[in-house]
Amino acid sequence: MRPARILGRVFSTRQVPTLEGKRLLLIQPVSWEDGKERGDPIVAADACGSGSSEFVYWVAARDAAFAFPDQPPVDASVVGIIEGHQAGDFREHVHR
Amino acid sequence: MFIGEVVGNVWGQYKHPVLDGKKLLLVRPIDPMTEKPVGEAVMAVDGGFGAGPGSIVLVLDEGGSARGILCAKDAPVRTVICGIVDKASVGGRDKHYA
Repeated sequence: MRPARILGRVFSTRQVPTLEGKRLLLIQPVSWEDGKERGDPIVAADACGSGSSEFVYWVAARDAAFAFPDQPPVDASVVGIIEGHQAGDFREHVHR
Repeated sequence: MFIGEVVGNVWGQYKHPVLDGKKLLLVRPIDPMTEKPVGEAVMAVDGGFGAGPGSIVLVLDEGGSARGILCAKDAPVRTVICGIVDKASVGGRDKHYA
């Protein structure tokens, strides 16, 4: 599971029925240790009520579908909001 | 599975219900003999072995088995700490961890 910064939301009206009611977020994956961007932004489904510019962690691949009871066709899901974390030199990074 | 060093932890109130009460640790993959980092840190769920910062741990990075270890058949997790490394042996040389 990796961290990401939420950039914004994605909206769609014509979509797979099981995606209806799911909030789609545009997220920028970052690094745990230096906070720098890792790769390009991706679209992830929200499973924890996160919002704009929050710092979150997400799961990829098949495991992302398990974040929802009906297992929709998603390959990335935001499963938690990071309030703070420590890495490397055990300095605190508080995000909220 | 890979061997890693616990380099930190993560906290937050809002998360998937399956992760409630679980310890979330940051693990950096290392070479077991030299202890040099060999990749980027990932977040892993503690499987209940009491790992803490500085521990050398065995990390599983596959969803199906991770759900088995956590006894949660519909958990959105992929990376789980499944053991604490006592010793690694390569080419007849042993490396002990406390």
